[in-house]
Amino acid sequence: MTTSGNGQIRDFGDRSYKVLGTRPIRHDGVDKVTGRAVYGADVQLPGLLYGQVLRSPHAHARIRSIDTSKAAALPGVRSVVTGADLPTPVATDEMIDLGEGPARIKYLRDNVLATDKALYRGHAVAAVAATSLHVAEEALSLIEIDYEVLPPAVDVLTSMKPDAPQIHDGMTTHVFGEDTGKQSNIAAQMRDELGDVEAGFAQASLTAETEVHTATVHQGYIEPHNGTAQWSQDGSLTIWTSTQGAFTAQKQIAAILGLAVGRVRVIPTEIGGGFGGKIPSYVEPAAAMLSKKTGQPVKIVMTRADTFEGTGPTPGSCVRVKIGVDAAGKLIAGQAWIAFESGAYPGCPVGAAAMCVFACYDFPNALVDSFDVVVNKPRSFAYRAPGSTHVAFAVEKVMDELAVKLGKDPVQFRLDNIAVEGTRRSDGVVYPRIGAKECLEVVRDSEHYKSALEGPNRGRGVALGYWFNVGLKSSVTASVNTDGTVQLVEGSTDIGGTRTSIAMQFAETLGLAASDINPSVGDTSTVGYTDVTGGSRVTYATGWAAYEAAQDVKAQMVVRAALVWEIDADQVEYEDGSFRTKDGSKRIGFKELAGKIDDTGGPVVGQGSVDPAAGVGGSFSANIADIEVDPDTGKVGILRFTAVQDAGKAIHPSYVEGQMQGGSVQGIGWGLNEEYSYTDEGRMANSTFLDYRIPTCLDLPMIETIIVEVPNPGHPYGVRGVGEASIAPPPAALSAAIKNAVGVDLVELPMRPDRIFTALSASNPTSVAAG
Amino acid sequence: MPTVWVPAPWRDKLTGGAAQVEVSGETVRQVIEALEAEYPGFRQRIIDAEQDRVRADIAVSVDGEISAEGLRRKVSAASEVHFLPAMSGG
Repeated sequence: MTTSGNGQIRDFGDRSYKVLGTRPIRHDGVDKVTGRAVYGADVQLPGLLYGQVLRSPHAHARIRSIDTSKAAALPGVRSVVTGADLPTPVATDEMIDLGEGPARIKYLRDNVLATDKALYRGHAVAAVAATSLHVAEEALSLIEIDYEVLPPAVDVLTSMKPDAPQIHDGMTTHVFGEDTGKQSNIAAQMRDELGDVEAGFAQASLTAETEVHTATVHQGYIEPHNGTAQWSQDGSLTIWTSTQGAFTAQKQIAAILGLAVGRVRVIPTEIGGGFGGKIPSYVEPAAAMLSKKTGQPVKIVMTRADTFEGTGPTPGSCVRVKIGVDAAGKLIAGQAWIAFESGAYPGCPVGAAAMCVFACYDFPNALVDSFDVVVNKPRSFAYRAPGSTHVAFAVEKVMDELAVKLGKDPVQFRLDNIAVEGTRRSDGVVYPRIGAKECLEVVRDSEHYKSALEGPNRGRGVALGYWFNVGLKSSVTASVNTDGTVQLVEGSTDIGGTRTSIAMQFAETLGLAASDINPSVGDTSTVGYTDVTGGSRVTYATGWAAYEAAQDVKAQMVVRAALVWEIDADQVEYEDGSFRTKDGSKRIGFKELAGKIDDTGGPVVGQGSVDPAAGVGGSFSANIADIEVDPDTGKVGILRFTAVQDAGKAIHPSYVEGQMQGGSVQGIGWGLNEEYSYTDEGRMANSTFLDYRIPTCLDLPMIETIIVEVPNPGHPYGVRGVGEASIAPPPAALSAAIKNAVGVDLVELPMRPDRIFTALSASNPTSVAAG
Repeated sequence: MPTVWVPAPWRDKLTGGAAQVEVSGETVRQVIEALEAEYPGFRQRIIDAEQDRVRADIAVSVDGEISAEGLRRKVSAASEVHFLPAMSGG
């Protein structure tokens, strides 16, 4: 175990590096801290118009008519668009691949501007472009819409009932893609089955079960959505936007507008957080249509309320889990029933939840039923390890209960049943080398877990979570400068410091310093296709592309060295930043040789493009949470919190720690504070950060981190990806800690003070009343 | 021969309840064609005929790895093939 920076590192690998594992200053740091970095709202163009979006005040309503004439006549208004201005998809079931999953074009389009029905409060129905923001706002008030208000269904169990309001006319349930023909708000259902769960439970000597409910929560990025569009007279379209994937935005916008992909250029600005919520496009198509109509560029920037009410939160859910163990305390059967609110349109991550629910442990028999249910809320989208946090809350509670009943330490009980290389998940897939066991061993052996926690109303909880991580496509281009530095253009939006983590992998490969590399994020016209920044994939896949680009540069520079020495290239080799002849008679450094590239053939440009077909390494995260409950208010104070995560090789440990801490804080928000509060009419009542409580530094101790490095054999440098798994276990760890502190078992997120106080009052009315 | 893990919702309809079946094939496409020959109904559930590719909402896993190569992905006699819901991350 080594200690550096904010946390500790436990390395299970056997390779040493010069650049990887160090903590260089981030390349974009100065611009970020001095305010020079350009975000979407900063974009200014000649003749820029300001766009505003009118949103439905109703959770569920049929749109009878829209009259924009008064708005269009307001001085300063240049154009008004509605859903009728967007092309109608040729086929209503046409799908596009957003890199991390498919989406139906019609649903994307209808979510951008509603046509026949408004499906949630905040659903965009019209947009205005004007010479000033205030004129545009005033124009919105002049748009007259005749709504037929319909009853809403805003929670998953209500919406699943046969007599629930039908949200989409004619929607039928599909079972793994097969249409059942049964009309329902259940858009899809799936079953995973491993072994014989009935026989497993029949053999169980002990079982435990729970039903939990999780709230709708938002990704909570600080920067609201934005987009600026310029539709040129030649029919091409340029978009500046805050997005997790320029190419994914390009595909969506082109599909929604009926354009060829090559006619759309997307320039990603700096991004103020995404967490999955900035994969979909919201305002860009409307801005584009307004630009097309006016011939001027149009910028739309959402307000915070727009962002809460009109963009993708994570699904609320109901999860039921039952687990059985045999007489030896080994897991023998697990059953789960998982229903997710997809929001207004189908396509939520319940499938991933089903694959995660039993992923941490070795279950010989498992049965998982999952349901994708539409409700009158914003269309849910990915949020950091989508689906995993919901199910970890349920499973880990049951694991704790079983440990208590068995009289076992909760960490040891988990270790007794932990998934390892060769374990078959409930969806049937067999694990490669993984680090779940190592994470729990690090927890067990940590100073935190061994330390005593004393005092009334205090408790400790542990929990474990999982996320798959993905590979996907990435591209990098590297141009060697004559001073030996390298311009590195990569296609991944930099959300968490990935410019630097990618540059470090490039530098390591060539034996250069990270500071010799000048990384930048390209757009759809300046770099090769690259999938979204998501799925914990960028340091893994784009880093791999950088490795390939460095190999390409190395090969070209070997040829240049051979030209300089007037020998064959096969007589030259490269080691540790220098080229040398194989007989050792000559040597030249990378930088010195770079000064000769103009005389030896001109530019040296390397490139790397990858689409890893194998080698993606999943990641596990474990928490230790110490809390104290105020019995007078039910408020939970976090005394100490440790996050342990398997990172594979931690390229830049500070950024890995940042991901672990950030994910943990978001998970703590799910656990204690965050939720969409809805009125009976389906109106969000807390669409500001004042009322939607994300944890702040005043609510938290420093999140301690222990990076576990179990190298991923499927990556040149052992990278797994670390962006997501850390959000999964915190609610479960907090729940266990609360139960251990005051004896109440909460099954609904968030575990708000009033819920804890109510539970305390019910369990021990005398002591609570006495204070 | 490669072993195909049949998705639970398809077992009763396509394979008489069998959770795993063995069929011949050196690529995912050949495996699906072999499945179709023996258990009709697989092809339409997996392949987008218009695009001649695996349907967008389905992911193919070969030996534990989600394959981007789709129908062209090579399989060996010892391979396990799974058809899973396509999923997304954040």
